[in-house]
Amino acid sequence: MGNAPAISPLVIFLASIFTSNMVLANFLGMCSFISVSTEYRTASGLGKAVALVMVFTTTLNWLIYHFIMIPLGLDYLRYLIFIIVIAATVQIIEMVMDRYLPDLHMKLGIFLPLITVNCAILGISLFMVIRSYGFLQTLLFGLGSGLGWWLAIAALAAIREKMAGNQLPRGLDGPAITFIITGIMALAFVGFSGIFVVM
Amino acid sequence: MMKKGELKALFRRNVWDENQVLRQILGICSLLAVTNVLSNSLVMGAGLIFSVALSSLTISLLRNYIPHRVRMIVQTLIIASWVILFDIIIKATLPDVSRALGPYIGLIITNCIIMGRAEAFAQMNPPIESFLDGVFAGLGYTIVLVIIAFIRELMGFGTIFGYDVNFLGLETWTIMVMPPAAFFLVGVMIWIVNNIVARKQAVGGGKNG
Repeated sequence: MGNAPAISPLVIFLASIFTSNMVLANFLGMCSFISVSTEYRTASGLGKAVALVMVFTTTLNWLIYHFIMIPLGLDYLRYLIFIIVIAATVQIIEMVMDRYLPDLHMKLGIFLPLITVNCAILGISLFMVIRSYGFLQTLLFGLGSGLGWWLAIAALAAIREKMAGNQLPRGLDGPAITFIITGIMALAFVGFSGIFVVM
Repeated sequence: MMKKGELKALFRRNVWDENQVLRQILGICSLLAVTNVLSNSLVMGAGLIFSVALSSLTISLLRNYIPHRVRMIVQTLIIASWVILFDIIIKATLPDVSRALGPYIGLIITNCIIMGRAEAFAQMNPPIESFLDGVFAGLGYTIVLVIIAFIRELMGFGTIFGYDVNFLGLETWTIMVMPPAAFFLVGVMIWIVNNIVARKQAVGGGKNG
């Protein structure tokens, strides 16, 4: 991890979509991933909202971490501060959207409060600190992780929609089969590993 | 204080009937991420029991003073404080495990189990019951964690707690310590538990509701 600043931001961007996908390789944001993936349109909407919030919060957290928390020696409070920043950002994005982009707000509005407790959002802020990314790296890491999350949930929802009418053994329908589908998706994404070097 | 029967019922409900992971599908993120090695899973389980029990206790003690409208943010802050404390303890005592777990200890804050117990139990029950409820809910999570970690470590590395038990020199399955196997195992476990519950209900005439 010591050589992290040497990684090109573009590599981080591609890697966070494919090789170290937030859901399929780091298991972050599973709760909403499993529960909101029954319908393609809804899932895709949530994916977009998550991607948007991810870019904003990681960038903001990076600025706060490097310009306020480190100089003041508040490193140990980072969980607390990050979670407050995330909650506040979600609130502000919701208000701005409501005012200027009412159409988008109508579509994404219901998902925004859900996002505060999505662990992928806090997770990427913590990864960004642990891997000591620079500003540009953080920006593209946030964007890539968001797109990766969106890709994963949209794909899962499309698969679940296709097999909604299928007959399954009792007990396997619902969450159990969703985990197994996700496992197969993760298996496919393992195929990308080795293309980009991460960490 | 609770009677022994009530305690037993609470234990049974939190560990089996309403197991947070297998029945409610909560707290999955950390469950999948840390279960490739047994020792990490035990630390993670301890962290969750610690955080959920003490958060439930604190929230229950303060339940009459927290205004209803801002309760979410107050609960989050209480949870975050306990998780920070646990993180500092682990960093000081087990630095290697702390590094291996990376961000996942901090992510206990967003673990839905803690918020779930706070919302569903701690904010309307007395402190001692809430504390025990938290301990049992955390225990239910830890048991699942240990079972999955046991299977993954044994098959993936041929070890248990880092000790080599692969006496026959069998080929280890690298796939078991990679992400896909975690998903498959959790899926199969949920399936098995669903079937056991369904069968019990059919036999016992829906005794457990």
